[in-house]
Amino acid sequence: MTIRPDPTFHASPKLAMEAPPESFAYTLLLSPDFSKPDALAVIDVKPGSSTFSQVVHTVTMPNKGDEFHHFGWNACSSALSPLTGHAFLERRYLIIPGIRSSRIYVIDTKPDPTEAKIHKIIEPEEIFNKTGYSRPHTVHCGPEGIYISTLGGGGKAGTDGPPGVFIMDCETFDVLGRWELDRGPQTLHYDFWWNLPRDYMVTSEWALPPQFENGIVPEDLLSNKYGHRIHFWDLRARRNVQTIDLGANHQMALEVRPAHDPVREHGFLGVVVDTTNLEGSIWTWWREGGRFHAEKTATITPEPAPKDQLPPLLQGFGAVPPLVTDIDLSMDDKFLYVSCWGTGEMRQYDVTDPRKPKLAGSVRAGGIARRTAHPNGKAYAGGPQMVEISRDGKRVYWTNSLYSTWDDQFYPQGIPGVEVMANASPGGGLELAKDYWVSFPDGYRAHQIRLDGGDCSTDSFCYPSV
Amino acid sequence: MNLSAADWTPAWLWLAVIASGLYHGVNPGMGWPLAVSAGLMERSSRAVMAALGPLAAGHLLAMLLVLLPFAILVALVEWQRQLQIGAGLLVIGFGVYRLVERRHLRALARIRPTQLGLWSFAVAIAHGAGLMLVPIYLGLCGDADLDTGHQADATLINTSLRMAVLVAVVHATAMITAGGCSAWLVYRYLGLKFVSRSWFNLDTSWAVSLIVVGAIALVFSLAGQATD
Repeated sequence: MTIRPDPTFHASPKLAMEAPPESFAYTLLLSPDFSKPDALAVIDVKPGSSTFSQVVHTVTMPNKGDEFHHFGWNACSSALSPLTGHAFLERRYLIIPGIRSSRIYVIDTKPDPTEAKIHKIIEPEEIFNKTGYSRPHTVHCGPEGIYISTLGGGGKAGTDGPPGVFIMDCETFDVLGRWELDRGPQTLHYDFWWNLPRDYMVTSEWALPPQFENGIVPEDLLSNKYGHRIHFWDLRARRNVQTIDLGANHQMALEVRPAHDPVREHGFLGVVVDTTNLEGSIWTWWREGGRFHAEKTATITPEPAPKDQLPPLLQGFGAVPPLVTDIDLSMDDKFLYVSCWGTGEMRQYDVTDPRKPKLAGSVRAGGIARRTAHPNGKAYAGGPQMVEISRDGKRVYWTNSLYSTWDDQFYPQGIPGVEVMANASPGGGLELAKDYWVSFPDGYRAHQIRLDGGDCSTDSFCYPSV
Repeated sequence: MNLSAADWTPAWLWLAVIASGLYHGVNPGMGWPLAVSAGLMERSSRAVMAALGPLAAGHLLAMLLVLLPFAILVALVEWQRQLQIGAGLLVIGFGVYRLVERRHLRALARIRPTQLGLWSFAVAIAHGAGLMLVPIYLGLCGDADLDTGHQADATLINTSLRMAVLVAVVHATAMITAGGCSAWLVYRYLGLKFVSRSWFNLDTSWAVSLIVVGAIALVFSLAGQATD
């Protein structure tokens, strides 16, 4: 507990944008064959620094096989609401779930990011016993503490009962228990986020563990058995109030990105693939008249490719699906970044009119068939994947791996981990920075990125920008 | 007892009622930033005012809930000194508890953003905001007794209840005036940056204030006993 609120807590998205830019990027490293322990890399992103774009510190975990994926802060700008009583927390601890082991690491980033160290380890049994969930995934800090979504239910396979969200104490990091009181028809889970003053949560669906842990199951995909619905919840009542089915062909509804300004009651959702035509799609959801609505507002078409350039999984289709695996919304809610991990493209949409996204910029990197090299001349394996935007909206960082076993199916030649950055122009347009190229130790892939002082997929706000 | 000191006592006590109200009001933790948020969300200054209503009502109710039982005790119990000593100890005890148990009540986070009145009530109870008024209130009652002498029970209870309501209303008015001014200044002139700038962690000083108020009450009632 501090005497003044953490200087990285901002009342509004506008204040978050005006605050000093990030100095460090935290990036999760995973050992895809589980031969080495996963790690957290701390990267210097301060322009002009002698170690710019280099890993300056690594926290290596004591276990193997965790499979790091997503992570989050113990506290963010949401703490500035008097309702929560959390105003004097520090943005200090990174909560890192192992998506495969169900173990959770709490990393202390003080006194300095270059001295980050393990603060606490929550063993899988504690999560199983207290929540009946497994495979923890998305982490957000909010009114009741730390919220963590899971992909699996109970039992070894994670199929005993539906997955959901559980709550962790934001000071002691004790697992407190399930969040849901009434889940309605929700049986699958992936991402979640919310609008705090409007008091609702939105959750999405990927799949159950047997459908992803050993690789994508083509039969399940072609029979539309992956998730294709979004759920809207009463946040404080912990109750599912509405479920929208996007149509069974819209397989894998992943990242949920609500507008940061709480006055705006809309958000976006990325759908990996349409099984009727291999398109990727962006959906806009909004609340109007007390009900939620969703519609497909942008599509990205697949790119034909000769069979010999395709992995066995795609040879029958003769085309590369875009595979929209991550999306991220800038702090001013103006630009939506869309990772096309299959075709190797980072798209920037102007979403000033949320229901009419306009393509404003695009950068090519990697791709299953294209294999576009980085402008610095180096080979870029995989495609643009986990994307994070600086609070001021000027820098867009991303890594190239999706998920250990899926990487091998779509990119059998391997994906050496790399992190790149593109500069975004205020009016639209995107260009890769030649001097930002972070490579990681051999055998490691890189996944989600978190920026010190907050970023566009961490901070939620209780006051509008105005 | 010195007559002029006795004349001054109620004035100081009323000042304490008002000062504690101002202290509660300017503390962002007691809710004024919620009125700013409401105003900005609705884009109307009327929404700022509308949010202040339930914040004040919740605080007032919390004060009454704590003061009214004491009002009945004051009227019915003959051992006023013992009551004052007990109340002093209770306030000190709660202060010590707040000092030791620093964690926030998680139940508060379950209250909806639209239930401002309920939240204001709950947060005031949880922080012992009403308890802080008890020794002051008992002091005012004791003082009133001196003036009126012996009365019938029914009259006594009327007097003590009226005093409790008056103390609660004066305190809550001071609280919402201070909170309302803070909200209005931030909404209209200072901007949202002030929300985090004006926020100090008062947990420790809050707990210490409770202990100090309780201790003063205890000293006064013990000293009073000695001079009787």
